[in-house]
Amino acid sequence: MKRSSAAWLAILASFNTWAADRSLDIAAPWEIKSADPSTSGYVFSRMRVAENLVTTDNQGQLAPGLASAWEVSDDGLEWRFTLRENAHFHDGTAVSADAVVNSLEASIAKPGMLDTAPIASVEAVGDDVVIKLESAFAPLPALLAHSTTLILAEAAYAENGDVTQMIGSGPYQVDELSPPQRMTVTRFDDYWGAAPAIAAASYLAVSRGETRALMAESGDADIVFTLDPASQARLSRNASLSLHSEPLPRTIMLKLNASHPFLDDKRARQALSMAIDRAGIAAGLLRAPEAAATELFPESLGAWHLGVAPSSGQDIEKAQALLAELGWEPNEEGLLERDGQPFKLTLRTYADRPELPLVATALQSQWRELGVDLEVAVGNASAIPSGHHDDSLEVGLSGRNYGLVPNPLVSLLDDIGSDPDNMGGDWGTMNWRDDEVAEWLDTLRQSTEEQALNDLAPLVAERLHQEMPLIPVAWYQQTAAVSDEVEGFSIDPLERSYRIDQMEWAE
Amino acid sequence: MTSRWTQGLGRLLLSRLFQAGLVAWLVGTLTFILTRSLPGDMAYRIAAGRYGYDMVDGAAAEAVRAELALDQPAAGAYFSWLWDLLQLDLGRSLVSGNPVIQELSHQLGHSLSLAIIAVLLSLLIGPPLGLVAGLKPGGMLDRSSEVAANVLRALPPFAVGLLLIMLFAVTLGWLPVAGHGSALHNVLPALTLALGLAAVSSRVARNAMADVSHSAYYAFSRTKGLNERQSFMRHGLRNAAVPVVAYLGVQFVYLIEGVVVVETLFAWPGIGHALVHAIVARDVPMIQGTALVMGLLFVMLNTAVDIACHFLDPRRRHA
Repeated sequence: MKRSSAAWLAILASFNTWAADRSLDIAAPWEIKSADPSTSGYVFSRMRVAENLVTTDNQGQLAPGLASAWEVSDDGLEWRFTLRENAHFHDGTAVSADAVVNSLEASIAKPGMLDTAPIASVEAVGDDVVIKLESAFAPLPALLAHSTTLILAEAAYAENGDVTQMIGSGPYQVDELSPPQRMTVTRFDDYWGAAPAIAAASYLAVSRGETRALMAESGDADIVFTLDPASQARLSRNASLSLHSEPLPRTIMLKLNASHPFLDDKRARQALSMAIDRAGIAAGLLRAPEAAATELFPESLGAWHLGVAPSSGQDIEKAQALLAELGWEPNEEGLLERDGQPFKLTLRTYADRPELPLVATALQSQWRELGVDLEVAVGNASAIPSGHHDDSLEVGLSGRNYGLVPNPLVSLLDDIGSDPDNMGGDWGTMNWRDDEVAEWLDTLRQSTEEQALNDLAPLVAERLHQEMPLIPVAWYQQTAAVSDEVEGFSIDPLERSYRIDQMEWAE
Repeated sequence: MTSRWTQGLGRLLLSRLFQAGLVAWLVGTLTFILTRSLPGDMAYRIAAGRYGYDMVDGAAAEAVRAELALDQPAAGAYFSWLWDLLQLDLGRSLVSGNPVIQELSHQLGHSLSLAIIAVLLSLLIGPPLGLVAGLKPGGMLDRSSEVAANVLRALPPFAVGLLLIMLFAVTLGWLPVAGHGSALHNVLPALTLALGLAAVSSRVARNAMADVSHSAYYAFSRTKGLNERQSFMRHGLRNAAVPVVAYLGVQFVYLIEGVVVVETLFAWPGIGHALVHAIVARDVPMIQGTALVMGLLFVMLNTAVDIACHFLDPRRRHA
C-alpha cells in the first residue's frame, strides 16, 4: 500500500514538473528567414532571446537595456553608453564593450536602422561604448532599440560579419531554430534581470490566418497573433479564449503629390480628407471601429498625438464648398470640372497588405460622391517609392509604421525631412514644403531635451493635420487570441516584445 | 531470362534521361523569363523579402541592385545561370544568402516525407475501395463511393484541409492543427492530399476492375471452377493494377499542386511553401531550383511508374 502511494506521488510529481516545463506556444504570421538580426531580428527580440543596448518599458518609453545608462556630450556628437556589469551571453561570455562594438559594426555594414544616423565611429573605451557622430542626432538611443541593432556574442558571427547562430543575452535562449517556421526557446538561468516564470516557449510561423485562428480554437497555440476579422467574431464566442486588441503606430494613409495641379492647394487636400468616411472603413472593412484615424499619429505616440475628436467625420457638403472656392463645379454627371478638365486622379496601391486594395475601392466610391473620379491601380509596393522618385505618382495608398523605433521622429526625418530645400520621402510627403516644419524637425533632430519634444511635436502634428500632405485613413490594430491558461498577457504596441517573460501559467 | 525482363527497359530509361535534361533546361528558362517579366521592380521585391516591407526604401533597393548586378542585361545573367547549372551549381538564395541546394535539401525532405505518406495512405484507401466496388458495379458501395470521390475531387485541397482540421483538431481534439516536428503533425496534411488522390484512384481501380470482371477471361476463370477469391487473385488483381499504377503517374501532378496549397495551410516547411515565398520575394535562384527539382521529380516518378508497368504488363515488353 505504501509503495503504491509513493508511486502515485511520483506520478503526480512528474505531472507537476510537466506542467511547470510546459511550453508556451505562440503562432504568428511572420517567418524566420535566418539567424541574422538584419533580416529576422524582430523574432529574436519578440521572443526575448536577444537584447538591445536600449529597450522600452510597458509605456513605450526608452529604458535601460544592456546599457544601464547613457549620456551625450554638449555638442551632441559623442554618445557614451555604460554597460550593465552582470550581463552574459548564452554561451557564457560577458556582454563586454568589445562584443557590443563588434555587433554594432556588423549591423552598420548592412541595410538597417543605423543607416539613418550620421555615425562616424563606434569604439570601446574602457567598459563603455562610445558612438561618435558627424552631426547631432538626438533619436540615436531609439535606433539602438531596433531589432537590426541587437547585441550578439562574438561567436555568433562568421568572419564576413554574417550571423551563423543566434547567441543573445535575453531571458530565453534558442533550443532549436528551424527556419522558416519554428523556434523553441528555454529559460536562460544566468540572465541579469528577473527570472521569468514560464520555463519554455515556442514560435511557429503560420502564414494562413484561417489556420492560426483554428490553432487558437483547438488549443494548439496558447497565443495567436493577427486574427482576420471573420475569425475574430467566431473566437470571441469561445469561452476558453480571450481576445486582445491594441492600436499600432502604423497608419494607413494617402500620400498626395502636392505639386499636382489639382492637389497643390491645401483646401483641395482638406476637401479630399473630409470626403472620407473613416468610421465606415474602420467598422465595415477592418471590423475595428476604433481603427478610424482622424489624425496621422495614434495615441500610443504620446506628444505627437493631437487628440482630434473622432466625431470630426465625413462632410461632403463642406468638402464641395472648399473645392468650389478653387473653381471646381459639378457637371451633369455629378463629376467635378474646372476649365473643362475633369477632377480625375490615379491612386497606386499594392496587395501585399490585403486590406489596402479594399480600402482603395472604398475611397474610390466615397470620392465619387464628392465628384472626384479616382482610378485605382493595384500593383507592387515599389510603385510608390519609384513613382515618388520619377514624379509620376498622383496619389499613393500605403501603410506606414511610425513605431519602427520607439521614436516616430526617425520615420518623420525620412518621410518629411529637415532640409527645407529637399523635403519629402519614399513613404512620406511628396513635393510638399513647409520651412517651419523642416526647422522644427531639425531642432528635434539635434535636441535631446524632453521639453523640445513636448513643445514641437504637437506643432508638427498640427501643421500636418492642417496642410494634409498625407491623409490619414485608419490605424492598424494588433489582435491576439490568448488561452485562459495564460496570465499577464499584454500587447506591445511597438511590437518589440511578446512579453513572455512577464507572463505565467494560471493556477 | 533476364533479357526477357529487361527487354526495352534501356530504351525507356534513355528516353526518360533525355526528357529530364529537356525539363531541366525548359523549366529553368521559363522561370527565368517569367520572373523577369513579372511587374514591379525586382530590387525592391528582393529588398522587401530580405529586410521586410517596413525597411524598404529607395536606398535599400539600390543597395540590392548594386550587390546583385540587377541593372546588367538579362542575357548575361541567364547564360551564367546555365553555365552554373551545367556544373550542378544552383547558386545562392537572394534572400537568405544560403546555397540553394542546402535550402532545397532541407525543404525537399519535409515535402517528400509528406508526399510518400500521402501516396501510401491513398493506396490504402483508394484502390481497395475501388476494387471491391468494381466487383459489383452499380451496387450500394459503388454508388456511395462514387459520390464521395466526386465531392472530394471537386473540393480544392485547401477546403478539404480546413474541414479535416475542424473535425479532427478542433472538434475532436485528436490531432494538432498545424506545424511540424512530431509524427502526429504528419497526419492531417497527408490525409488531405491522400483523400484527393484516393478519390481518383478508387474510380480508376473501380473501372479497371469492372472491365476485368466483365471480360471473357474472367468469366471463363469462374466457369472453369475457380472460386471468387481465386479468380480475383489470379486474373483480377494484376490486370486491374496496370491502369491504376499507370494513372498514379498522372496523379503526381495533383500531388505537386496539392503540396503547394497544403503546405501553406498546415505551415509545413516544404518545397511548395518555399516556392510561394520565393516567388513573392523574386528570389530567382530559389524559384529556378525549386521548379527544377519539382520537374525532375516528376520525370523520376513517371520513370518509376513506367518501370513498374513494364514488369506488371508483359505485353509492353514485346511491343
